[in-house]
Amino acid sequence: MQCETVKVVHQDEVQGGYRLLWLDAPGIAPHVRPGQFVHVLVPHMEEALLRRPFSVYKADGPVLQILYKGVGKGTRTMTYLRPGDQLSLIGPLGNGYPGLSTGRYPILVAGGYGMAALYLLARALPVQGVAFFGGQSASDILCVDEFEALGWEVRISTEDGTRGERGIITGVIDAWWTARDADAEPVEAYACGPNGMLHAVARRAMERDWRAWVSVDRNMGCGVGACLTCVLKVRSEEGGWAWKRSCKEGPVFECREICWEMEEAG
Amino acid sequence: MKTPVMVASGTFGYGPEYAELVDLNKLGAIVVKGIALHPTKGNETPRTVEVASGLINAIGLPNPGVDGFVEQYMPFLRQYDVPVIVNIWGKTVEEYVEVARRFDHVDGVHALEVNVSCPNIKEGSALFGTDLDMFRRVVDGVRGATQLTVIPKLAPNVSDIKVFARAAEDAGADGISLINSVPAMAVDVKTRKPRLANVTGGLTGPGIHSVAVRLVWEAAGVVNIPVVGIGGITKAEDALEFLMVGASAVAVGTASFTHPATALEVTDGIAEYLDRHGLSSVGELVGTVLL
Ligand SMILES: Cc1cc2nc3c(=O)[nH]c(=O)nc-3n(C[C@H](O)[C@H](O)[C@H](O)COP(=O)(O)OP(=O)(O)OC[C@H]3O[C@@H](n4cnc5c(N)ncnc54)[C@H](O)[C@@H]3O)c2cc1C
Ligand SMILES: Cc1cc2nc3c(=O)[nH]c(=O)nc-3n(C[C@H](O)[C@H](O)[C@H](O)COP(=O)(O)O)c2cc1C
Ligand code: FES
Repeated sequence: MQCETVKVVHQDEVQGGYRLLWLDAPGIAPHVRPGQFVHVLVPHMEEALLRRPFSVYKADGPVLQILYKGVGKGTRTMTYLRPGDQLSLIGPLGNGYPGLSTGRYPILVAGGYGMAALYLLARALPVQGVAFFGGQSASDILCVDEFEALGWEVRISTEDGTRGERGIITGVIDAWWTARDADAEPVEAYACGPNGMLHAVARRAMERDWRAWVSVDRNMGCGVGACLTCVLKVRSEEGGWAWKRSCKEGPVFECREICWEMEEAG
Repeated sequence: MKTPVMVASGTFGYGPEYAELVDLNKLGAIVVKGIALHPTKGNETPRTVEVASGLINAIGLPNPGVDGFVEQYMPFLRQYDVPVIVNIWGKTVEEYVEVARRFDHVDGVHALEVNVSCPNIKEGSALFGTDLDMFRRVVDGVRGATQLTVIPKLAPNVSDIKVFARAAEDAGADGISLINSVPAMAVDVKTRKPRLANVTGGLTGPGIHSVAVRLVWEAAGVVNIPVVGIGGITKAEDALEFLMVGASAVAVGTASFTHPATALEVTDGIAEYLDRHGLSSVGELVGTVLL
């Protein structure tokens, strides 16, 4: 982990409000593991003082890429960044995804920026399985060619039916599961997306004996484990629960660790 | 202390969280997150919300308890050459006293900052900071239970800070620190719900700095013990203001979240200022505001 002043190399709109930001971060980029994130101090964001967390989409040599969408003051301010601008980055942060256990078949489940957040993992896994991407509309489905180029089969659904099947992605996952040989290898799922999607994956994982790693999205303060903003309830060994920091012990948790019933209530 | 610039309780964890980013040996002191007698879970989420010029938090003082803290964090902290100040709190006067007593013989602990002013504890702790009689009893009790340096941390939301500052000195405190966060609330107008699970919280960050400067000025004017200025420091000038109105040390809080090395930059900035003005020590600046 380090705090580095990095330079914007390039910024592009990809589609549907999603943008790709390239940063020259020689101190951080080479150390990023799949599922980790960086904490960005957005320059010129006068009304807010905290950093904003972003998953690392790609890291090649000294350059890392962030795929993001303008949803609020920080991300909208980021759209004005130009090549040569400097910003402060803390990273790499968080635990990241574990590797595939032997004998398991990997599937990826993603929504929104989750598609980008899973790319480094897709590239690192020794086996290429199926990637399930869900979104509102065709413009929310990202990076498909990239995953296919790595050898993943990508299955898509959109709620308005503009790309892939119409409906939510769990329908596509269930159809795939039903059609699958009963004696095929057990599944190891990796998911990043909205909380509802993660919970849906978790329910299936528990019913179907999958192992499932989900990356949660919590509001963050410090990003390094000091402020206790980003906590979520995780089952403890004694049978109760304990707060875990999603910036430190997470953002990736095995789905059985999370107290989903309490999450929903909260 | 190598520098009068410390890091404030609750904004720097227990040390390890920032050790990779900041040279802990260069800090004036580390004031760790508030410790109680027993482990405490803290509030529901959301626990913080960003507002104009600041942050409102209602973390609720989660902590591993005295024993958990000593076991989990003191071995780490002892490796460093930096004073450790433990921020303590309790739900009753007896709890404060017991926590103080237990820290008395812990190797590596230099001082106790007595948090009587956290606005996020429901079972009465806030009262310790705003009810003069309760405040006296806590400071008196803690004083009697420890040989360590005792620094009560004052709440900003009292009608006359001077009364509390004097009460602390009278009860035998070695210093006072101020301010803790300012009671605050934010509402999401779309849902009409409070933006914190705890409904209310405490405002910190740049927005409270000038409020803190005025309170430090008033408090420092009526006591002879050292005063630690806290509130909204983001740069050396903010710390210099505290020194000029009478603080002899300062602590950086929320700013560490944004720039982890703020405390070190403030230290450098103060040194430059002294240099530029031909002063040889921070002491020569304390209380020098020209009225
Ligand atoms: C580990 C992690 C990885 C992430 N990776 C990416 C990524 O790769 N690409 C990407 O586009 N986004 C990512 N995000 C989400 C991103 O951090 C938020 O979109 C961003 O912080 C919003 O900042 P803002 O200033 O634009 O919005 P704000 O103006 O702060 O907020 C806009 C709205 O979103 C809510 N909000 C703000 N931050 C969050 C949050 N973290 N979770 C839930 N609600 C929030 C606010 O309460 C508000 O209602 C990630 C988040 C986490 C925790
Ligand atoms: C997230 C957070 C947690 C805090 N926890 C504590 C605490 O445990 N004990 C305490 O006395 N003060 C606590 N404080 C208050 C700070 O120590 C400090 O008094 C306050 O933040 C004002 O300084 P600042 O404006 O520089 O942040 C906390 C503040 C924040 C933002
Ligand atoms: S964001 Fe501060 S503890 Fe996780």
